[in-house]
Amino acid sequence: MREIDARAVTEAVGRLSIEACCVLPEDVRRAISAAAAAETWPGAREILGDIGENIALSARACVPLCQDTGLTTVFLELGQDAHITGGGLYDAVQEGVRRGYTEGYLRKSVVRDPISRVNTGDNTPATVYTDIVPGDALRVTVCPKGAGSENMSRLGMLTPAMGLEGVKAFVLDTVRGAGGNPCPPTVVGVGLGGSFDSAPLLAKKALLRSLDAPHPDPFYAALEDELLTALNRSGIGPQGFGGRTTALRVLINAAPTHIAMLPVAVCISCHAARHASAVL
Amino acid sequence: MATISITAPFDEKTARSLRAGDRVLLSGTVYTARDAAHRRICEALDRGEAPPFDLTDAVIYYVGPAPARPGAVIGSAGPTTSYRMDAYAPRLMEHGLRGMIGKGPRSDAVAEAMARYGAVYFAATGGAGALLARCVTASEPVAWPDLGSEAVRRLTVKDLPLTVALDTEGRDLYRLGPAAYLASL
Repeated sequence: MREIDARAVTEAVGRLSIEACCVLPEDVRRAISAAAAAETWPGAREILGDIGENIALSARACVPLCQDTGLTTVFLELGQDAHITGGGLYDAVQEGVRRGYTEGYLRKSVVRDPISRVNTGDNTPATVYTDIVPGDALRVTVCPKGAGSENMSRLGMLTPAMGLEGVKAFVLDTVRGAGGNPCPPTVVGVGLGGSFDSAPLLAKKALLRSLDAPHPDPFYAALEDELLTALNRSGIGPQGFGGRTTALRVLINAAPTHIAMLPVAVCISCHAARHASAVL
Repeated sequence: MATISITAPFDEKTARSLRAGDRVLLSGTVYTARDAAHRRICEALDRGEAPPFDLTDAVIYYVGPAPARPGAVIGSAGPTTSYRMDAYAPRLMEHGLRGMIGKGPRSDAVAEAMARYGAVYFAATGGAGALLARCVTASEPVAWPDLGSEAVRRLTVKDLPLTVALDTEGRDLYRLGPAAYLASL
């Protein structure tokens, strides 16, 4: 049994909150640069240039890429041979978000109740998901996600008869329907299978995958490419003002489901596809 | 495409002269307001009270900035998605609002109010908050500090880069732009 100090968890979550909001992952930066090089529509090229300049400025000045530093989701992969000491694990995570958002001058965007809507003032509570995994380490991933793209995300409870064609239509309709709202070019996470509650989580977790690596299953790798090609023929373009670059990547996360169900969740991320991880 | 320099506040004639797709560099005074502030402005109007700033010829920027680092005027300050303000915008235009800055398409009701009252809708690049913050030269609180980042602030901006997304004659760049791109293929 390995011991991990709760204070180290707090420190890591605080640091990763700031890093995620100010420094875009390298694979996302590369995807935006590649999209800018492949874009032919002049207005679209200009917007992608501005986005690239914003990315560089944010990292240099440690200023958030976007003022919407999001609702914070924290994914924990806790080794079953690890033991958290010196405090509660979830308390440590929330304290890390509180510190990171305060010390990093990040925006506090959380309201305590969806109807009375009073701001909590420190961006807590974060949403925390924990997977118990083999080993004795704790992997922490901080994923701040803004409302512009989250509000355009959708869940469809399709029937098995709707099949692959139904899935494709749902994904394409969701992204086309979102138009310029979610700050395209987007990264599109698709959760396929599971249940009413797990499909959206599959979709959000898909957004954590590297944009560089193809899906390990050749069928889904081909489907990701097919959907991306279709989206980039929609004409929506950067910011919705026209162009080739509507999406940077489609990432599918499939899971077993019920004989009578075909859930499909589409979690859209803006071009600031932010996340940062550390292993304790 | 020529770039047009405008100073806010501006009059109806200026608003009506702009065309969807025009590039604008906006300087002058704009007010920040988003969901919660719009709701409170409309509630004030319902009670027959004056809103916290004069809406006549005013420009509202749909933004909830990040906190300023020490020595900075403002934190990251890009546009939020505008459709959430569609329910309130016509009411504000009725009371003189001349310009809105945000991102994303607007409703038909907003387009109709813009045509009727002579108001214009600009888009700023969403997700480029660090870049846009450099155009803000002053920021002061105006109302409702309890709303935090959603409080109303008066911003002084210099050459804020904008695109006319929807004009007073209903031309909508969110429809025209993608259509023009697809027609070019």
